Amino acid sequence: MNEEHDRIYKEHIMELYKSPANYGRIENPTHEHTETNSSCGDEITMQLIVSDGKIADVKFHGSGCVMSIVSSSLLSDKIKGMPVSEAINLSKDDILELLKINLNPARLKCVTLCLYAVKNALK
Amino acid sequence: MEAERQSKNASRIAMILNSDVVEKLKADFPIFKNNPKLVYLDNGATTQKPKQVIDKIKEFYENFNANASRGLYGISEKTTEIYANARKVVADFIKADFKEIIFTKNTTDSLNSLACVIDSLVPEGKDEILITEMEHHSNLIPWQQIAKRKNWKLKFIKMKDDFSLDLEDAREKINDKTAIVAFTHVSNAFGTINPAKEIVKLAKEKNAISVIDATQSVPHMPVNVKDLDCDFLVFSGHKMLGPTGIGVLYGKKELLEKMPPFSFGGGMIKSVSYENSEFADLPEKFEAGTQNIADALALSEAVKYLKKIGMENIAEWENELRNYLLKKLENIEWVEIYNPKKSSGIVSMNLKNIHPHDVASMLDEYGIAVRAGHHCCMPLMKKLGLSGTIRVSFYIYNTFEDVVKFIDAIKEIRKKLK
Repeated sequence: MNEEHDRIYKEHIMELYKSPANYGRIENPTHEHTETNSSCGDEITMQLIVSDGKIADVKFHGSGCVMSIVSSSLLSDKIKGMPVSEAINLSKDDILELLKINLNPARLKCVTLCLYAVKNALK
Repeated sequence: MEAERQSKNASRIAMILNSDVVEKLKADFPIFKNNPKLVYLDNGATTQKPKQVIDKIKEFYENFNANASRGLYGISEKTTEIYANARKVVADFIKADFKEIIFTKNTTDSLNSLACVIDSLVPEGKDEILITEMEHHSNLIPWQQIAKRKNWKLKFIKMKDDFSLDLEDAREKINDKTAIVAFTHVSNAFGTINPAKEIVKLAKEKNAISVIDATQSVPHMPVNVKDLDCDFLVFSGHKMLGPTGIGVLYGKKELLEKMPPFSFGGGMIKSVSYENSEFADLPEKFEAGTQNIADALALSEAVKYLKKIGMENIAEWENELRNYLLKKLENIEWVEIYNPKKSSGIVSMNLKNIHPHDVASMLDEYGIAVRAGHHCCMPLMKKLGLSGTIRVSFYIYNTFEDVVKFIDAIKEIRKKLK
């Protein structure tokens, strides 16, 4: 049983889940990758437009749990306008910082799905 | 309904379960005292332990601890006797002979050990293993691996759309080439009760070895190996009020006598030279090294606890809880239920368009423990196009109130996530 400070379904998370930023498709992405987590069935596709070494636009689509959708939303916002060289070096700690919640190890895979989608798209 | 059931069962010697009796039983389980808000609905994963079982472990280590069958002194002899009695209690419970009960770590250990040596019982020319689509990974991977090693075929009996096993498909697939038919008695994912006796009969007609995974049946209903007539049957102690680390491999005496050991070392021999070894008689032949004596004793205490209630009564109580839950869910259109007609105290479901992991995590915030995910049945979930399900699994200490709390919680969760 989680104590209040450990609760992960906080208001800011639930709001983003209901209306995530950058959810949708880009018609002609320069980079794209779909990352799946077979053990829980989550699937996130990240589409990017890179120009001049920077991420000019980003959108994502797919299905998954609250955590995978919310982290995708937060990450897509963060990398918009970011140099590719910086984006490929993002880590799970950056995602956790964006989420502002404590996650147990079992749910880490959910929130890093979008990160690997971005990294693999940019490979 | 309860009154009718009570009179129907009046002649049965045991404890008819009703809400009052269950409340009293629940007081035997310290975990509920230490976690007063806990609503534990994950009994398919493991069950809680009554103080009688927990105390037995302490009693053993504080009073009799020695190695069994080794020392020529008082407490060692007592330990040997304790271990033998534990085996006898477990054997009686499933109507087996004392020599037919091999203690293992758990179901997975029983199946892996069996899969290592079972080919020695297979006649020439047989090269097919038949399992079902609804197996837990522990009754799939060991057979998949032995099939690869021996270049045998692994075949699957289909599950029908109503989550029951396709017996017609079983009839078609069990043939003269079939070496082994291994199947779950009760599906851990959907609660399906399979027609074990009929499948064993089909296997027997084609001279195939039958193996029953009884992990989800032995704790919840009467199981009689003589009546089933299966060749092997396995289960885990921790899913039936016992401790972790102790499980059972039952095998027919004549087969265990023919089968070579899967583990070697102390305690399993008659005599040893540098060149050769003569193995011990049953059951020691299959129990190399110092055994898990304390947990075997605790498991026998768990069996005594269950017998005091009566397995028929346990099955009926779980059935009542299940029916109550299904009735409550019946008119909720945003819940999808995956429930076979003939089922144990397991109900699998999903909240439409909501990931099962989110539901389980949020239920935890209400103190409700359920299992969510693929339930170690990844190929089955894939076949059904599910990322997983939420599974409620009942046991003797669950109440109607638990069901009400669960229903209220999923209604609130649905509101938050819609």
